Amino acid sequence: AARMFLRLLSDIQWRAAHPKWRRMTGSQRSTSSTAEPHPVSLPAQAQVVICGGGIMGTSVAYHLSKMGFKDIVLLEQGRLAAGTTRFCAGIVSTARPVSIELKMAHYSNKLYQQLEQETGVQTGYMKTGSISLAQTQDRLISLKRIASSLNVMGIPCEIISPKKVLQLHPLINIHDLVGAMYLPEDALVSSANVSLALATAASRNGVQIHERTSVSHVTIQKGRVTGVETDRGRIQCEYFVNCAGQWAYELGHSGEEPVHIPVHACEHFYLLTHPLQEPLSSSLPTIVDPDGRIYIRNWQGGILSGGFEKNPKPLFTEGRNQLEIQNLQEDWDHFGPLLSALLRRMPGLEALQIMQLVNCPESFTPDMRCIMGESPTARGYFVLAGMNSAGISYGGGAGKYLAEWIVNGYPSENVWPLDLKRFGTLQSSRTFLRHRVMEVMPLMYDLKVPRWDFQTGRQLRTSPLYDRLDAQGARWMEKHGFERVKYFVPPGSDLLDLDHSKTFYKPDWFDIVGSEVKCCKEAVCVIDMSSFTKFEISSTGDQALESLQYLFSNDLDVPVGHVVHTGMLNEKGGYENDCSIARLSKRSFFMISPTDQQVHCWAWLKNRLPDDSNLVLEDVTWKYTALNLIGPRAVDVLSELSYAPMTAEHFPSLFCKEMSVGYANGIRVMSITHTGEPGFVLYIPIEYALHVYNEVMNMGQKYGIRNAGYYALRSLRIEKFFAFWGQDLDAFTTPMECGREFQVKLDKGIEFLGQEVLLEQKQNGVYKRFTMFILEDHDTDMDLWPWWGEPIFRNGRYVGKTTSSAYSYTLERHVCLGFVHHFDEKTGEELVVTTDFINQGEYEIDIAGQRFQAKAKLYPFSSLFTQRRRKDEVELSGYQRE
Amino acid sequence: FYLTPSQVNSILKANEYSFKVPEFDGKNVSSVLGFDSNQLPANAPIEDRRSAATCLQTRGMLLGVFDGHAGCACAQAVSERLFYYIAVSLLPHETLLEIENAVENGRALLPILQWHKHPNDYFSKEASKLYFNSLRTYWQELIDLNSGETTDVREALINAFKRLDNDISLEAQVGDANSFLNYLVLRVAFSGSTACVAHVDGVDLHVANTGDSRAMLGVQEEDGSWSAVNLSYDHNAQNEHEVERVKMEHPKSEEKSLVKQDRLLGLLMPFRAFGDVKFKWSIELQKRVVESGPDQLNDNEYTKFIPPNYYTPPYLTAEPEVIHHKLRPQDKFLVLATDGLWETMHRQDVARIVGEYLTGVHHQQPIAVGGYKVTLGQMHGLLTERRARISSVFEDQNAATHLIRHAVGNNEFGTVDHERLSKMLSLPEELARMYRDDITIIVVQFNSHVIGAY
Repeated sequence: AARMFLRLLSDIQWRAAHPKWRRMTGSQRSTSSTAEPHPVSLPAQAQVVICGGGIMGTSVAYHLSKMGFKDIVLLEQGRLAAGTTRFCAGIVSTARPVSIELKMAHYSNKLYQQLEQETGVQTGYMKTGSISLAQTQDRLISLKRIASSLNVMGIPCEIISPKKVLQLHPLINIHDLVGAMYLPEDALVSSANVSLALATAASRNGVQIHERTSVSHVTIQKGRVTGVETDRGRIQCEYFVNCAGQWAYELGHSGEEPVHIPVHACEHFYLLTHPLQEPLSSSLPTIVDPDGRIYIRNWQGGILSGGFEKNPKPLFTEGRNQLEIQNLQEDWDHFGPLLSALLRRMPGLEALQIMQLVNCPESFTPDMRCIMGESPTARGYFVLAGMNSAGISYGGGAGKYLAEWIVNGYPSENVWPLDLKRFGTLQSSRTFLRHRVMEVMPLMYDLKVPRWDFQTGRQLRTSPLYDRLDAQGARWMEKHGFERVKYFVPPGSDLLDLDHSKTFYKPDWFDIVGSEVKCCKEAVCVIDMSSFTKFEISSTGDQALESLQYLFSNDLDVPVGHVVHTGMLNEKGGYENDCSIARLSKRSFFMISPTDQQVHCWAWLKNRLPDDSNLVLEDVTWKYTALNLIGPRAVDVLSELSYAPMTAEHFPSLFCKEMSVGYANGIRVMSITHTGEPGFVLYIPIEYALHVYNEVMNMGQKYGIRNAGYYALRSLRIEKFFAFWGQDLDAFTTPMECGREFQVKLDKGIEFLGQEVLLEQKQNGVYKRFTMFILEDHDTDMDLWPWWGEPIFRNGRYVGKTTSSAYSYTLERHVCLGFVHHFDEKTGEELVVTTDFINQGEYEIDIAGQRFQAKAKLYPFSSLFTQRRRKDEVELSGYQRE
Repeated sequence: FYLTPSQVNSILKANEYSFKVPEFDGKNVSSVLGFDSNQLPANAPIEDRRSAATCLQTRGMLLGVFDGHAGCACAQAVSERLFYYIAVSLLPHETLLEIENAVENGRALLPILQWHKHPNDYFSKEASKLYFNSLRTYWQELIDLNSGETTDVREALINAFKRLDNDISLEAQVGDANSFLNYLVLRVAFSGSTACVAHVDGVDLHVANTGDSRAMLGVQEEDGSWSAVNLSYDHNAQNEHEVERVKMEHPKSEEKSLVKQDRLLGLLMPFRAFGDVKFKWSIELQKRVVESGPDQLNDNEYTKFIPPNYYTPPYLTAEPEVIHHKLRPQDKFLVLATDGLWETMHRQDVARIVGEYLTGVHHQQPIAVGGYKVTLGQMHGLLTERRARISSVFEDQNAATHLIRHAVGNNEFGTVDHERLSKMLSLPEELARMYRDDITIIVVQFNSHVIGAY
């Protein structure tokens, strides 16, 4: 039945088109599964070996060969497009909330549209459009947010009424709908044939394709890929690309040095029916009914309908492998709720006859985003996998970005949200993955409101103070496996209410966070910030300083005890990381960077530091608990605890000193905060953490000390116009573009990475500018709150998007941060953004289709600094935080 | 007039009882995990009884169901007394001596049984002294007999059954000075009861059965499916061996009158029972006892009525048939139930329903469309019905209740039909007995880990 099905989904043209590339590899195509001899032996070496002949592998091969790489070998353990790709529902949709995913889908759609003409292989491409239905107002808001970002990208998209839905698709029951989103350009394809078309084109461009060849493992020497071992011999190669889909995890673990690729398979079901009495038109739009957890597309006069059920069935947790996917068992009882949803949406289909219930494994990742990029431990080892059931939508774009990555060293877009290095070994536990994907799969269609969190795989990394904080009402969120406090619920608050804080409007923790912010401004607060990534770099001689001077843009040759905020830039001057570095001694440095930099920053430094045994890089994240004392009275608390004067004369800003706090000696105290308020961060060896915390809280009592969480921190840093790496800053943003020229020492006398670009920008100006917006006519109580990703309009024209936002309790206004571009009105060409351009404009921010007036500012409000301790305090505004 | 689901539940759950064998140090070392029991009356008052107890001076657990007829007096007496007789029969000589000495010297008695009773399962206070004296006489005889051999469970069960029935008969013949007790012992003797009793000790399971209640073992096959193994034979007209036995015990001349309309002497359904002295005593004895008995007995047409063709009593015995079974890891549970259950459900269905309930896994045949023509609507209807079947499992916290729900509410598709359940449970008292019998069920769950380790 499975084989029969393959023929149904793919087009008849397949065999006609096939020989074109098949002839090049010299073997005969036959639909029977009898083992064929391999007439062409494997090459002994190649530049790139791609493992996996599904949509990902063929797309990477296609794009690599287009970009001029010639020496490429694609290996497929079974037959091309015979894995998850074969069973793909074939829906190409740009209705994606994450901007980079949206771009990939948009590119894929354009690519597939012309693929048939390019290759002669019928892809079944049909521009049907798609309609996403909303059964609730909240769902409609989430659709409107997507529509806003699609519109500014020039992708046609419309919010339509239920009546209009009925005009577009006569079978739909619209009684329970409040609205819908219509994307006329979304398409349907036969994904197996798209994959074959890409293979055909790649083959014409010189890519060697070998089926029935499985990779046993990849050999890595000195942190570099050297080759692959297959069941047909070894191939030496420079680059290896793991596109093994649901087998990617195992393949990553097959070698001596494991490459952790956190994907886990779940069973995924869809239904195929016979044609209707009056067969459905092949141009009928695809229906997505996320509240009903289903999608429905037309298929050969009947329908194809599947979905993401509440109770997914993970499989292969124990790592069972198989050559090609057998058709898994149909499980009608499991599919029941989806069938109910289908018949509720299209009651007219009751009499439609069932053809088959397809069950095929689909790979999911811990955060619902796909995985691409280079392994942090093995250079040349690339990965493209974990498509979370959107493989065909992402296939073209993902393949393109990965090919660019291999060829140019970096893709043309910021792909950090998809980068393999956002994960570490901790996400590769099978138990973690199994539990997490059971949450992720239903989440595909769940409503996602601002600040939603994963609930599974929690309490993995915690501070030693976790229980203490939890007992005091802490509410938690997670970053890179680390539990962090959002805010503290005061005793006596209605807990049930707080759990229902999921809304697009004003959340119910509003006043709680407000009081924490107030305490930071007027007294003193403690925030546990232990999750930050902490490295130590030391050397016997000047190696550490020399290397860091090259890798960082600020001047690190400062007196011992000074702290420097600096970007870790790439060749294009973009932020790979944003950190604070304290000079502990002449030859050793302590580096603090965002939590999710643990893998990326490590790999970046490892790959660029000289191979010198006298230069030591150590990850000391786990060794220290970090307590941030924020507020004007922090100085009093600390001086009482240490019997040391802490005033600005004795302990200036951006200073670092080891001292005693209570009984504990050797506490590393830095006069920095992560908000711009006065204060200190204490780096405490973990065994002293509880003691120091207790001492601080006891001593702080008379100064009105209280606990605070990250929401307060966030509000403080955004109203101070502090950019945060990973949210506001990325590898495509330079210090010049975000007002941080003062953190760059172009004249430090040592050449550093990205210097040329920065020099050039200094002379000629920048093409985007980080700007702060204060919403003017926005009603905090009644209006939708901004989140991030909202389009910014200047004089009615789109100029960029926000990157973060928060309510400022000081300004009593919402503040959005974002980038302003200057597109030429006629050509759309990007022009230099000047201060005048920013200042001479009328701005609006679009929140889910509704525009709010905003005031643009390039510098923070100086009046907010009520307790300025030193004139150069403004320096702080450059500091990163999360 | 319909009952709401919660009304239905309150009726079904009124008599449910569960016992979990206590864990020691986090581990249950017993081969029994626990049991669920329940009963649903059709007669008013109900004539079924149930008992469960742990033997304290020997190892093992006793569980039994008792189906009374011609009133509930006999079933009540047997449910109170039989386990003491069994426990005493199993006791070693030294323990018997110790107990006797304690009684003799007015010291506290060693507890023999720990009962596991639903609040509705009562013991008659008035008769306790009388019952105790009879039991004491029994153990005194056992002490005197002192065979010196270790007690065989099979023998102990048989002896206990026979001895209790004998005591019931004797107590009725002797009478009691107390008029209430005098009437009570007569009612016990003139009514009757079946008994189906299980004794579990480690992997040794003995079932002693008298009458037409039934014990059934639930076995899980390697493929996960459930099958039933009978651990008792029904003593009724459907059992050829039983008919044969009765015929052997009486002259050939009576052959035709012995079993009529599937009943013993045309009157009694079970072929073995406690009490029922009308089928055991000579006509003279019956007449003498009735005449000298209290007026209530004399006024009762039934007691005065002598069965037809009554030539060579006794026609009835309480002697049980005992089956011994060595428990295996695949033996997951034991169902003891009165004929009220077995009349409505096949044992294979009982095994499946209980097995699926206990494992929480519903080995419903998976649906495969295959080459059949099935529409989306048909499939939807089928799935809805299957879901309803599963959800009925989660309503019950007690396997016996779950079984009763199926026994009373099953429609022709083997699914619980609320409408039917509601109808059956709202029948007026006088009609209920026409549609169903009293149902009493005990489901014993075994501990496969312990059994596997034997």
